[in-house]
Amino acid sequence: MIKPVKPQIKLSAWRSLLIFCLLLLGLVSLAGRAAYLQGMNHDFLQKKGESRYSRVLEMNADRGMITDRNGHILAISSPVASVYADPKMVEISPEKLKQLADLLEMDSTDISVKVDRENSRFVYLKRQVVPDIAEKIAKLKIKGIYLASESKRYYPEGEFAAHVLGFTDINDEGQEGVERGWEAMLAGELGHRRVIKNNKGQIVEDVENIREPKPGKDLVLSIDRRIQYRAHAELKEAVAVNKAKAGSVVVLDAQTGEILALTNLPAYNPNRRSTIDNERLRNRALIDTFEPGSTLKPFTVAVAIEVGKVNANTVLQTSPGTWQVGKKTIRDVSNKGELTVAQIIQQSSNVGTAKIALSLDSQTMWEMFSRSGFGALVNSGFPGEASGILRPYNKWRPIEQATMSYGHGISTSLMQLARAYTIFSSGGELKPVSLLKQDMPVMGQRVISRDTAQAMSMMLEMATKPGGTAPLAQINGYRVAGKTGTAHKLINGRYADKSYISTFVGYAPVSNPRLIVAVMIDEPSAGKYFGGAVAAPIFNGVMSNALRILNIPPDAPANNVVTFTATPEIGDEG
Amino acid sequence: MFKLNIFFVMALIVCALGVVTSQHMVRKLFMALEKEKEIEQKLEVEWGRLQLEQSTLIMHGRIEQIAKGQLGMAVPAASSIQIVSISTAENR
Repeated sequence: MIKPVKPQIKLSAWRSLLIFCLLLLGLVSLAGRAAYLQGMNHDFLQKKGESRYSRVLEMNADRGMITDRNGHILAISSPVASVYADPKMVEISPEKLKQLADLLEMDSTDISVKVDRENSRFVYLKRQVVPDIAEKIAKLKIKGIYLASESKRYYPEGEFAAHVLGFTDINDEGQEGVERGWEAMLAGELGHRRVIKNNKGQIVEDVENIREPKPGKDLVLSIDRRIQYRAHAELKEAVAVNKAKAGSVVVLDAQTGEILALTNLPAYNPNRRSTIDNERLRNRALIDTFEPGSTLKPFTVAVAIEVGKVNANTVLQTSPGTWQVGKKTIRDVSNKGELTVAQIIQQSSNVGTAKIALSLDSQTMWEMFSRSGFGALVNSGFPGEASGILRPYNKWRPIEQATMSYGHGISTSLMQLARAYTIFSSGGELKPVSLLKQDMPVMGQRVISRDTAQAMSMMLEMATKPGGTAPLAQINGYRVAGKTGTAHKLINGRYADKSYISTFVGYAPVSNPRLIVAVMIDEPSAGKYFGGAVAAPIFNGVMSNALRILNIPPDAPANNVVTFTATPEIGDEG
Repeated sequence: MFKLNIFFVMALIVCALGVVTSQHMVRKLFMALEKEKEIEQKLEVEWGRLQLEQSTLIMHGRIEQIAKGQLGMAVPAASSIQIVSISTAENR
């Protein structure tokens, strides 16, 4: 047996030193790394860590409601969900795909095409899904398919208030009408808050509110939806009967200038955006201007009375129904002979009005038109309002002054025209129009004296009586005043032969005017085109219903007033 | 001295456990609050839906249609309206 030899190992000193140094180096580098992470990279890492459990959530802020003057809803936002997918994450079985397609009412191949986009990380499958369906989709628990909450705008009145309200786009931003004009007020501001979630996705702690959500403010319009409905229904019927191209109706409160109804045709249904095109979108009563025709005559006569050139009984010769001014001839429909100023308004004589106009200084007439609001914005707050054209008086030629007196060579929107009539209905004051409900009485701007306004009211009432141009505007039980207008349409700067614009502006009850109704029918083509035959019946329909809706007492009752004879009853305290 | 230290350590442990329990309670209550908020949200949605439904049901056109069609109602003619003037009624 060989005895194992115990080897004599002699280690050199440098080896242990080397090990020691290596270990030290390792320690130092570890300490350095730790210091680096803790000191230099602290914020970044902290964020990374927090992102594992902390989440920033959006807090929805609803868009404000729009209501009519009585608090009925005209536009309201309701929550809906949008379904979106992250194509990279999607795992879906054919069976679930079919269920999803059924719920979304989409074709399942469409969905799989969308979901298969390799290089995309976000794709909407469908927007604005109703909450019930959204809940069912959430229950399918498909990986990679998510729901985002949004809100959708509903307009219960549909097309009946379309032009007033306008609509919002898919991102909830106002595009037209009130929705756009008052966007800043209606729109809510999203809020954010930071929370801590546990591994089950439940919120366990509210860390901070980054920003409080600011819900939009509710808006109360001056519109009365009952009158709005009536106005639209009457207009619709009349436009169909007269085979007209378009039409508008404006109803104003004669005392406050509040817009009670504003409607146009053609219209659209704001709940169905596919029906919207440019023609339907136009809020004609505010953004389209036209030559008002005879509806402007009362302003010429009013200023002549105001400066003392004529009074209601001044007689003027209109025979032979034509009048030469310069190279042009002004014509009446027929030879009316001698007329008083009141009859000129009642029978709407162009020659008579032109004669009155040419007795006036052009500046005086311009001032009257200008102070009545022609050629200036109505400032209703609507986007895209038109101001119309009122040319400066120093450029008027006599023939222009003459034709302007009966509403040619000047252009206005229907809203301007309706507002201008407040000077006759409110005893001489031009009232500002407003689309928002007014709680305080509004101050008008005096244009003509109370006496002149009263004289004009009398003449305008005659126009709706037998012998006037608008007997169809008469309403049983009420005194009605108004003026017809029939103007050739200007097409490319020339008066078109067979296209007309028929208008009627009137107010009632004359003894204490409450409502102004202005009607405009564009290109009636079923035979009739005079304002008295086309527009006056619409005025009648809208006005008589509005008077009834608002319970306005008749001021010309016809033998139907119940009077009580004094028969004391037992126990009656009165 | 040693006994006092033991006492402090025990007190510390009790306090620490208290913190943990209260934190747990807070989270539980907070989750309950969140649930209530969710219910509130749902009720608000329902309220909006009902408002919408109501305004659809009271649409003027619908009421008119029912009044005229189903109930045979009509706007009275001017001749069949009796007007009671306020002054004579008050004098009675």
